[in-house]
Amino acid sequence: MKYLDEYRDPETARRYVQAIRRCVTRPWTLMEVCGGQTHAIVRYGLDRLLPEEVTLLHGPGCPVCVTPIERIDQAVHLAGLPEVILCSFGDMLRVPGSVRDLLEARAAGGDVRVVYSPLDALALARRHPDRQVVFFAVGFETTAPANALAVAMARRQGLENFSLLVSHVLVPPAIEALLSSPRNRVQGFLAAGHVCTITGYREYEPLARRYRVPFVVTGFEPLDLLQGILMCLHQLEEGRSEVENQYSRSVSAEGNPQARRLLDEVFEVVPRRWRGLGEIPASGLDLRAGWREFDATSRFGLVDHPRKDVGECRAGEVLAGVLSPVDCPAFGVRCTPESPLGAPMVSGEGACAAYYRYRRLEEVT
Amino acid sequence: MRLDFSLNCPRPLEGERVRLAHGGGGRAMQGLLEKVFFPAFPSPATGLRHDASVLDFSGPRLAFTTDSYVVRPYFFPGGDIGSLAVHGTVNDLAMAGARPLYLSCGFILEEGLPLEDLHRIVDSMARAADQAGVAVVTGDTKVVDRGKGDGIYLNTAGVGLVEPGVCWHPGQVQPRDAVLVSGDLGRHGMAIMACREGLELETRLESDSAPLWGLVEALIREGLAVRCLRDLTRGGLTSALVEIAEAAGVRITLEEGAVPVSDEVRGACELLGLDPFAVANEGRLVAFVAPEDASRALRLMQEHPMGQGAARIGQVESGPASGVAVRTCLGTLRPLDMLSGEQLPRIC
Amino acid sequence: MCLAVPGQLLEIRGEDLERSGRVRFGGVVREVSLACLPEARVDDYVLVHAGMAISRLDADEAEQVFRFLEEIGLADPEVEAAPIGGQTRGGGA
Repeated sequence: MKYLDEYRDPETARRYVQAIRRCVTRPWTLMEVCGGQTHAIVRYGLDRLLPEEVTLLHGPGCPVCVTPIERIDQAVHLAGLPEVILCSFGDMLRVPGSVRDLLEARAAGGDVRVVYSPLDALALARRHPDRQVVFFAVGFETTAPANALAVAMARRQGLENFSLLVSHVLVPPAIEALLSSPRNRVQGFLAAGHVCTITGYREYEPLARRYRVPFVVTGFEPLDLLQGILMCLHQLEEGRSEVENQYSRSVSAEGNPQARRLLDEVFEVVPRRWRGLGEIPASGLDLRAGWREFDATSRFGLVDHPRKDVGECRAGEVLAGVLSPVDCPAFGVRCTPESPLGAPMVSGEGACAAYYRYRRLEEVT
Repeated sequence: MRLDFSLNCPRPLEGERVRLAHGGGGRAMQGLLEKVFFPAFPSPATGLRHDASVLDFSGPRLAFTTDSYVVRPYFFPGGDIGSLAVHGTVNDLAMAGARPLYLSCGFILEEGLPLEDLHRIVDSMARAADQAGVAVVTGDTKVVDRGKGDGIYLNTAGVGLVEPGVCWHPGQVQPRDAVLVSGDLGRHGMAIMACREGLELETRLESDSAPLWGLVEALIREGLAVRCLRDLTRGGLTSALVEIAEAAGVRITLEEGAVPVSDEVRGACELLGLDPFAVANEGRLVAFVAPEDASRALRLMQEHPMGQGAARIGQVESGPASGVAVRTCLGTLRPLDMLSGEQLPRIC
Repeated sequence: MCLAVPGQLLEIRGEDLERSGRVRFGGVVREVSLACLPEARVDDYVLVHAGMAISRLDADEAEQVFRFLEEIGLADPEVEAAPIGGQTRGGGA
């Protein structure tokens, strides 16, 4: 497939790995803040190609991992209502709420459906006028425009049986929260290329200046990631802390103006609780007052009961990069992909699941 | 207190319900087999964990297997639940080296199923049985209340005669054996997924559902040193290889670039974030063959209509631990593990 | 986060919010919203996330990953001296 296969070329990858080895003179810790990048790093074994001076941390970049427990409980509750068809992205179905996950809600009789796009949920609402279709709108800046479009189209089409359960989160405030922590170890960031495709990268410039850390907007294929890592290391070695753009085939400084306009029309910035990290100011998106009629929490009278992240799971420290998953006492013992204690073990992109598979590799190879 | 998040066991067995994952061909299904079914039916044959049990009557050896079919929708591109119920059971017999002879069929029909649909399904079964050289010799029909089934469920059991000298099972797999696959992967699973509501893919993709006995018979006729065959169904290549690696106590290394996947399956998997190795097939087998016979076995498969896309995809090694590793296009290794349940499209 | 996949735009219909297109990904085609990509034309490669096209891929910029090592002087001197077997694209060797 064009624009995928050429970025998996082993010869070019080998040259990038050699360049990284030549570039590095001392230990550096980088973080990628994107589940898709974590997935590619694990899938292609990129971390095993890097010199030992380079540590890669998997940050809070998996939207299903950071969705707060109370939102999942609300989704589970909605799925139990007879009139509701609850639509979700597939990876949200296995994330544990405080009592059960959405797969169990489906087993208990709930009408839970996996869709590829919020627009597919909208089509379901048109086909089932007698039911209430709720889309579980999770995700970062990349996903929010599609959800904004879905409600804008619902209004235009006069659909009264479509709503969103919104749990959108924003990347830069979470990065700032990590950087301002006294325990921060991260020296350079790979910024997520698909988030920046929407938002551009101006927002990262003040962060780079204030905290003196380099950011490299990076794509998702092996060569993209290797180049992004090299660019970030190159900046660190030269003592620079700038925002650079590796993923220029998709990302411009200003992002996608239509998508940003749509976001701004439908959503407003609000404080948001992140599972594992707690509340971060101005780090979420919620429907603006003029769009409340499409808000599932008001349509179904749901109450927000912030729930503590209880139990043994130490996802917060893992997502902040201060605890390696393998150092968590529950890791691989009481917490496995089959019976996860927390979200990072659930999703294939979660940091704990990634390490779990990595450990399997040590056994197998 | 019910609301408390249980620390040590977030999924207590007590109060647990059957989930779709329990039928997904992954770890959850393995757990169900091990906890519920194997202890209740401890015959030596279940101990082999193979596709069909081989029963010794001190004469010809009889292979016996059963499988149930609940596919939705029941008509899908490239087949239907009727042809699938024949192919699935015939293939399970074939994997034990048995010539399929007779099938039974149980029909569980939902009140309100259009008779025309039932006719089409039964006709399709008859054609599939004919093509596979088996006869459906006994059956049963039950009707359940409307809303208690998805139109139609089938169960087929099959018996066949094991060819003389054939004794294939995971225990025979040895280091240095070649791993062959009979064609490209994932057509059945993606064809079904593409026609379900909610994903809306346009594709000409058809299920690979097909009987494999002819191909297996050709391998037997040629007298090749086959160690073990496995048909790739739910859980795909991944589940089949992990099960065999664990049962045989060996390490299997796959060459990612050598595994055949069509453009259709590839595109759909990239789009939905799925792994083609874990997608279901209904007309593909993986064969473990002694290294000296591997090239001949591959050529023979490629010359057979059911194995034209066959490829050599990896080999067995003696490792410190059993399992499956994939050599990626970059030359790195990554572990291949069974999914815990059904594979779900992802956004990240 | 955010799985987005490149595909080729085959056909465009509708206006404004309803503007959509059929996009080919390998061997499958899917209807995708073009509401946020008014500049997209038939034959363009677009990046699609959750049913929405979010960018149009720039063919020139797509080559830079193959030129970068030479440009910043970090290319492997031995590799430059000897032609590389297999596929290389863009600049290099």
